[in-house]
Amino acid sequence: MFSQYTTEELYNIFLMQCFSGLSLFSVLLLMGLGLALIFGQMGVINMAHGEFMALGAYTVYFCSSMTEQYAPSLGPYYFVFAIGIAFAICALVGALVEFLMIRHLYHRPLDTLLATWGLSLIMQQTYRSLFGAREVTPTLPDWLMGSFNIKEGLDIPINGVFVLCLALAVTLVLMVFMYKSKFGLRLRATVQNRKMSGAVGINTGKVDRLAFSLGCGIAGIAGAAFTTIGSTGPDSGSRYIVDAFLVVVFGGAANLLGSVASAFGIAQAQSILEFFLDGTKGKVATLLVIVIALMFRPQGLFPSKVRGH
Amino acid sequence: MKKTNLITRLLAVATLATAATAGAAGPPTATVNTTGLAVTDDTVTVGQLHSATGTMAISETGSIQAEQLAIDQINAAGGVLGRQIKVIKEDGASDWPTFAEKAKKLLVSDKVGTVFGCWTSASRKAVLPVFEKENGMLYYPTFYEGLEQSKNVIYTGQEATQQILAGIDWIAKEKKAKTFYLVGSDYIWPRTSMKIARKHIENVLKGKVVGEEFYALGSTSFGSLINKIKLKKPDVIYAAVVGGSNVSFYKQLAAAGISGAKQTLLTISVTEDEVLGIGGENLTGFYSSMKYFQSLKNPNNGDFVAAFKAKYGASSVIGDVTQAGYLGPWLWKAAVEKAGSFDIDKIAAASPGIELKTAPEGYVKLHPNHHLWSKLRIGQWQKDGQAKVLYESELIEPNPFPKGYQ
Repeated sequence: MFSQYTTEELYNIFLMQCFSGLSLFSVLLLMGLGLALIFGQMGVINMAHGEFMALGAYTVYFCSSMTEQYAPSLGPYYFVFAIGIAFAICALVGALVEFLMIRHLYHRPLDTLLATWGLSLIMQQTYRSLFGAREVTPTLPDWLMGSFNIKEGLDIPINGVFVLCLALAVTLVLMVFMYKSKFGLRLRATVQNRKMSGAVGINTGKVDRLAFSLGCGIAGIAGAAFTTIGSTGPDSGSRYIVDAFLVVVFGGAANLLGSVASAFGIAQAQSILEFFLDGTKGKVATLLVIVIALMFRPQGLFPSKVRGH
Repeated sequence: MKKTNLITRLLAVATLATAATAGAAGPPTATVNTTGLAVTDDTVTVGQLHSATGTMAISETGSIQAEQLAIDQINAAGGVLGRQIKVIKEDGASDWPTFAEKAKKLLVSDKVGTVFGCWTSASRKAVLPVFEKENGMLYYPTFYEGLEQSKNVIYTGQEATQQILAGIDWIAKEKKAKTFYLVGSDYIWPRTSMKIARKHIENVLKGKVVGEEFYALGSTSFGSLINKIKLKKPDVIYAAVVGGSNVSFYKQLAAAGISGAKQTLLTISVTEDEVLGIGGENLTGFYSSMKYFQSLKNPNNGDFVAAFKAKYGASSVIGDVTQAGYLGPWLWKAAVEKAGSFDIDKIAAASPGIELKTAPEGYVKLHPNHHLWSKLRIGQWQKDGQAKVLYESELIEPNPFPKGYQ
């Protein structure tokens, strides 16, 4: 199928194809990270995770309209702050949700599933009432648009690079936080043995709240980043949630590194299969591969070595 | 001053479109309603069945607004056969079984005179058996894949051949295009449309289809597709991507350096409504083939746009389907008045041949197959989100069962 193209054309396409795989990887990774923390570490099935992403995206949209209206001169810079604000708002709402709802349900994992699903419906309707049913897109600063034209026929989209860098940065910070900080130590201790952690003086309730709110905050960053590649509607969240769970479950729920590997695997597989088959068949083939892999490794790629609670 | 001016213009339009019966007391109910519909001496009740919630609400809101506007204008001008129109609004909630259930409620419990509603083909297919069994009348506003015709439905949007053939002919001639890359969302309308497009390109234009792909609804990653397009360098990208995917598709095309300046792209799924989400800057220079654009310059459209903006805000936009939705109540009114009756059978029989000279898109006429004769226009998108109309066809006969295209 490639005989009629020059080597250079094929080489360019190969590079761009690698990048589109990486780009999808960063999207999946951002989707999965917050959930890996909440579902993987805390064991809470948060069905409203997608809605937290949508909240982040709406925050950016809100900031964008505010900037346009009151401070158009800040247009080129607002996006960076908007991501920070999205994180803060989602973390705050997450903490509130944990306090009002989740903490009463830690011993009833299936009930959290129902409760958070109900929450997701409430959040969707709130978006619909506040922002309307139409999908919205924030005005993006010019420096995010367009592509690096490396040479004729080889373009690397700037927004893709941006999302990739953001995803890697968030992952790195989260890893350091989990494995090098006091809070991370306490969180891992609480996950492994709640009673014992309490006995040695860890405030497990506080750890739970922080972890949940951190997970939601990361979802907010993810949502903010997605505004560069897609639009946001009241039910965008339900589109994200499937992919997010896919990444976390395939990676092995309790392992952050697993989520990274699984996001990478799924993204590359899908991107390559889409190139050689087509959109629908590529997706079907990817899901088939995942199903088969999970049949042989039900615990995911990187199963937790720790025994459950 | 401006406001009075607007009202006078509105009244002028309405009066023009209204037959001599307007304002006068209508004929007695017993003679105009022999089948027990919800018609009284001074009112007639109709139904409106769209998705006000759920994923389709984005698209259907415009139709809801336009139908309401038409009904308000008809009422202001004296109603239908001297009766004011009352509306029962039902929400299909983007869920096809809900559509069927609500359709049944409107026809059986509310006994509505007619229904304006549905948007997706899936919802229309869901309610069709209900309308045929309970003998109701549906005015359906969306451009769609064709292959359907019913006594109980009036299709006010274009069927596929009306929208597709003339558009492809134009782009092939204008751009000397030989190779086409077809891209669509994965459901019945894009698939049927692409089938028709492919047959036309291969058999009539003797061109070549170098790729045909469908992506799941809601899909947001088009990286691989864009790379394939870059490799195959088609003369024209022919697109029918819908919903949220649209935004991702065009943003990623723009980011990959595929812009209107370098690449010809013709779409059958982008109206002014979608441009709101995609952003004019991502579409500048691409083409849409539609029967209506907000920027059309004719007196009817000037009045329509002014009235729409006066009611729904200066920032509202009007797409192809919104305009088709606006035609529904007017066509129904014309049919009722021609038949001299609200009875469904008589409306259905009276509908063929009805003309509407006040349509914003210009003159339209109902064909015996219950579709509209209409023109096809090519618009080129500008940065401000409006289209510049570059081409206008003659009136095209609707042909929902095209021979040689199936």
